Amino acid sequence: MDINTKKLKKNAFRVTKERGLTASRVRVPGGHMDAKYLSTLQEIAEKYGNGTVHITVRQGFEIPGIKYEDMPQVNLLLQPIIEGLEINQPDKNEGYSASGTRNIVACVGNRVCPYGCYDTSGFAARIEKAVFPHDLHFKIALTGCPNDCAKVRMHDFGILGMTLPQYNKDRCVSCMACVKACKKKSVGALTMVNGKVVRNHEKCIGCGECAIQCPTRAWTRSNEKYYRLTLLGRTGKKNPRLAEDFIKWVDEESITKIIVNTYAYVEEYIDKDAPLRKEHIGYIVDRTGFEEYKKWALKDVTLSEVAEVSKTMYWKGISYL
Amino acid sequence: MGYILNQDRMQVILNELQKDYIIYAPQNKVGEGMYSDTDVVRYERIQQIMDVEFHKKSNYSFKEVLLPISQTLFYYTENEVKEAEVERKKGAIIFLRSCDLHAVKRLDEMYLKNGFEDYYYKRLRDNVKFVVMGCENSFENCFCVSMGSNIPENYDIAIEERDGLYYVDCKDDEINALFEMSDEQKEAVTIHFVQTNDITVSIPENLSIDVIKSKMWDEYSSRCINCGRCNFVCPTCTCFTMQDVFYTDNGKVGERRRVHASCMVDGYTEVAGGGSYRKTNGERMRFKVLHKVYDYKKRNGYHMCVGCGRCDDVCPEYISFSNCVNKLEGAMEEITNHE
Repeated sequence: MDINTKKLKKNAFRVTKERGLTASRVRVPGGHMDAKYLSTLQEIAEKYGNGTVHITVRQGFEIPGIKYEDMPQVNLLLQPIIEGLEINQPDKNEGYSASGTRNIVACVGNRVCPYGCYDTSGFAARIEKAVFPHDLHFKIALTGCPNDCAKVRMHDFGILGMTLPQYNKDRCVSCMACVKACKKKSVGALTMVNGKVVRNHEKCIGCGECAIQCPTRAWTRSNEKYYRLTLLGRTGKKNPRLAEDFIKWVDEESITKIIVNTYAYVEEYIDKDAPLRKEHIGYIVDRTGFEEYKKWALKDVTLSEVAEVSKTMYWKGISYL
Repeated sequence: MGYILNQDRMQVILNELQKDYIIYAPQNKVGEGMYSDTDVVRYERIQQIMDVEFHKKSNYSFKEVLLPISQTLFYYTENEVKEAEVERKKGAIIFLRSCDLHAVKRLDEMYLKNGFEDYYYKRLRDNVKFVVMGCENSFENCFCVSMGSNIPENYDIAIEERDGLYYVDCKDDEINALFEMSDEQKEAVTIHFVQTNDITVSIPENLSIDVIKSKMWDEYSSRCINCGRCNFVCPTCTCFTMQDVFYTDNGKVGERRRVHASCMVDGYTEVAGGGSYRKTNGERMRFKVLHKVYDYKKRNGYHMCVGCGRCDDVCPEYISFSNCVNKLEGAMEEITNHE
């Protein structure tokens, strides 16, 4: 058997512990897809795999027990999924074309969840279009609200949905629903003054709890969608750490540009000896300094007036080095 | 008189009306719903006929036009008091549905005929014309037929919008003159009003105050979150509370407001000295339901509830008022058998 393992990894297969057998890794950007593709996965697993499917931690499906020689047939069967999920693919019928940049993960977002501040899977799909296929090691995750069910602070780029609450005092009846909810479930940014509510903008995290709780539509959501962008969280052997805040009240277009800009920065500064050109971005930023990264990241980015950018950033985390 | 108009010609009539009237109608407010990317239909001052939402039930009722949610009554400073300017000096034309027109009668009963005329209600109630919007089909949760409010009475105009055409039945001489002035052809027009709803409600003949002893109210203590949405959307809930506030930067100046109140929300029954009644949400539900279908009728001879079903539409806990009313019969049996 003569198999180019470097090549198959880029094709979203993996070398498994069982000699002669591989596993196909099916990415689902934003974690949402038409149910019809499940029957394709079943077909692959039963025809070429061992009849099981592993649901991955990054919202994909890993189909184990596939013989290396069956990879082309599996890629053919994957084609409708790749097309259906609108994944950028340079060569038709050749399967997934990269695997370095990991699947973009999203919580269910406002397609289903009452707390979701935006369509997480939709935004994930738009980032997908802008960055894939790519083999640099980037992890991007989106979550609908500051509850962060998607654990985006464990990623290089964490995107948390926010809404800028709009207050119509003429519709307010001083029922206290927003003030109580903000205090108990969120950060306590609201206070009642003379029967009307005052919002502390510095404290407000844009969770939208006030807009949900308000029984009279005195509180509503902003037309514009806003986000908190967090940077350079990571897992890993050496120095796992949680992401820190980069920009609060940032817009979608700026986030996409910052991510794309970061690819150029990494191309420039990645450790030339990194195994498989795989190095967490955080280690690179540690080398160059945050200022240099910020310069690259914000190139040609025009932030709106409401956006608040962190002047500098420090990461904590556990170091085993 | 009946007329059929396209949008442009209808707008001409509306423009004429706006010389003397402010037009209020349900409007679909995009993105202003409770959840992200959801809409809400509520009342707004409108200038364009295309801004009127004809095809959805409004989530909030017309009552906000006659009873502002938060209304400054007067300002005070040291020894002087100045009455607040009236919200509108022109007349008003209000688009509403048959159930809501029946609700106007309830508001009038409470604010004009309940011993004395409420000054602030009266000045917004005077010089109002009502445009009743037809209901080709019943909406979800409607039970107007059971409450006898499906057919409108004493309206000025009835209107329906179908495929870009406005079907108008005008009973008001002043407005008929406008249609004639713009050379509109008279047509035979029928405005539809529903004859059946999916939901029917029956209020037991033998309903008595003993029903408060029933166990049926208990479940609402755990289910209800006392947010008050059912009251705020109700076209016949009229409770308000008073707020005297002193401006924070000058404690000698302030204003008195009246704002909508809800018998479901904490604080409603608080009295001087710290007393509070109906502490559990089940008790509050009981009070509200019996007010709508029992004690109001004892005083006025007809039920307060008009069956619009907005309370059911809005409840985030999926509590159904109509289903609660339909439990009253069983509750009466429970009480009778127990005794």
